[in-house]
Amino acid sequence: MRTCLSDAVAPKVWKATRRALERAGVDVKVPRGQTCCGQPAWTAGHPDQARAVARHTIKVFAGSDEVVVPSGSCAGMVIHAYPELFAGQPDEEDALDLALRTIEFTQFIAKHDLDPRAKACGALTVHDSCHMLRVLDENESPRDALAKVPGCEVREMAHTDQCCGFGGVFALDFPELSGRLGEQKAQAAAATGAPEVVSCDLGCLMHIAGRAHRTGIPIRARHISEVLGS
Amino acid sequence: MSTRRRRRNPGVAYPDVKGTLRERTVDALRDPTLADNLRTAGDSWGAGREVMKRDFGFDEMRDRARDIRRSNIRNMPALLAELQSNVRANGGVVVRAAGADEACKYITDLARARGARVVAKSKSMATEEIKLNEAMEHAGLEVVETDLGEWIIQLANEHPSHIIAPAVHLNRDQVAALFREEAGTDDVPTDREGLVAHARVRLREKFAQAEIGISGVNLGVASTGTVCIVENEGNARLVTSQPRIHVAVMGMERVVADWDEAAHILQVLPMAAISQDAANYVSLITGPRREGETDGPEEFHLVIIDGGRGALRGSEFEEVLSCIRCGACLYSCPMWQNVGGQAYGSPYSGPIGAIITPLLEGPSSPGSRDLPFMSTLCGACGDACPVGIPLPDLLVRARARSSSPAKRKAGLAFRVWSLLWRRGVTYRLTMIGWRLGLRIRGRGGWVHRLPGPGSGWTKVRDMPSKWPPRR
Repeated sequence: MRTCLSDAVAPKVWKATRRALERAGVDVKVPRGQTCCGQPAWTAGHPDQARAVARHTIKVFAGSDEVVVPSGSCAGMVIHAYPELFAGQPDEEDALDLALRTIEFTQFIAKHDLDPRAKACGALTVHDSCHMLRVLDENESPRDALAKVPGCEVREMAHTDQCCGFGGVFALDFPELSGRLGEQKAQAAAATGAPEVVSCDLGCLMHIAGRAHRTGIPIRARHISEVLGS
Repeated sequence: MSTRRRRRNPGVAYPDVKGTLRERTVDALRDPTLADNLRTAGDSWGAGREVMKRDFGFDEMRDRARDIRRSNIRNMPALLAELQSNVRANGGVVVRAAGADEACKYITDLARARGARVVAKSKSMATEEIKLNEAMEHAGLEVVETDLGEWIIQLANEHPSHIIAPAVHLNRDQVAALFREEAGTDDVPTDREGLVAHARVRLREKFAQAEIGISGVNLGVASTGTVCIVENEGNARLVTSQPRIHVAVMGMERVVADWDEAAHILQVLPMAAISQDAANYVSLITGPRREGETDGPEEFHLVIIDGGRGALRGSEFEEVLSCIRCGACLYSCPMWQNVGGQAYGSPYSGPIGAIITPLLEGPSSPGSRDLPFMSTLCGACGDACPVGIPLPDLLVRARARSSSPAKRKAGLAFRVWSLLWRRGVTYRLTMIGWRLGLRIRGRGGWVHRLPGPGSGWTKVRDMPSKWPPRR
């Protein structure tokens, strides 16, 4: 799954994901008709609109053995929210089936013990996105994957489990509060001395990088796929 | 009085709160002292929670607490009937109130009938929910809050900022200033112990005058008709024993079956709330003073409030009734940690408040319909909850149920979005348009201003037009 955020601001992210997987020997298909998991409408309180888009996603990925998603948030949406979104619907079975086949990118790497043979990188800090951490209950797979990258030094920031303040529609509805949280996260990341923050979620990164740029906090952002697929 | 009608509580949120929810967050973010005070409180709670997990196996205790509370909610009608008949058998009076008006009327009528002038109160969220203080003051009674935090905010003329720590947003210096003003002298200590001692002296004078003591209820134990009141200061014990009449006000969901269950919840509550394995005082009240006893009130009244709770049983929100009002979800919440509880404009703030305030008030109430949206859905509250309420999921459901002009407007956009994004071709067209827009508006790899809903983004941050974004 490419994810809509990758299509919108960073096609490099899904392309890097494909590259990393192919280098590790995975047969990757990127269905052309794919759009979005439906999360924006779901969290905004419009389940009917979310379901219409999610239904399309279920159809697009009907033929895949495993659906790898370079986003803890989109993977969490399919795995955790689809069962509720499709409860009592005629295609409930299909939704549950997709939820079972869906897996976040670094978890897929860990599950199959893959080595994407990434190029060397230097020091970086890892931002645990909340949906990765609390919906998928995962903070090890990104670190395990980075441990295989030559020269990669992970410098942990303070309060790694603290939300960056992105929150989808929340970022637009409560910009000041969202911005404050983003600033705290960008500062914590910069305080590690690492030049870049890496995460499994592009949404968090757009927000952290955008706030850091606006407020002059010296930190770059890169999706973990870009490190592993370099 | 005992009829239970399915009626909503129209006014849980405070009517005197100014501005929109977003405006209140902006005001709160401008206050650096507030940020410091909240951070201190949140950090200390977080450290305490780690100790509870390590030393007491708190995570395992949560599972049993969740099961107990789920079963309590399932059996609520029968448990309430049992509680009610046992309290009556013990010589107490039980009143079932459909909502705030009935509860307040019963209590003010009682005060009038007994000729009471001064009422001493211990901490209670239920009375805050029904606005009992205003009703009593309106009836000409003097109301004294005897919980230190409640007394502080009563002096400051503010609303509570936390379920169990109402004055947590104020620091020692701010409290000392309030005490100086109340005492009418500069001769007030400024250290922590000195402030507490000062408050104790001032408040003890009031206890002696109070004819009625009003308390909340942490748990009602059905099997024996006992109400449990948990506290750390000892004031609730005085409130429930010193005055001639004790009125306990309880949300109907606070019922548990027996002492086996109560013992577990009474342990989990202080652990979750203040990272203590036991509260300093747990008062167990089983009816009024009996013949031959030397202390305790002559009359005991238990007011059980529905206030919209009964209608939640069997709904997709039923799990909120498990809440034991520990305040852990507030401390854990990055939103609450940054703006405090007062910005929510409701006695119940934080994640649980953002869910239950609109549930109790109704989905279109202007005072609370935006609350469920003030969350990043980060899930910290769900992890913090000692009774396993899936707060992030309920926030999403509360958004779906909410009805507000802002949501209606966004609904229109999402309808168009859904039409375009349920097909690959139209999706790709919107992406081409969006990326073209970024390219046109981008300066040095960044877009500084977006139109429409995007303006919420560029209000505080830039949008990368190239990826990876440049510094």
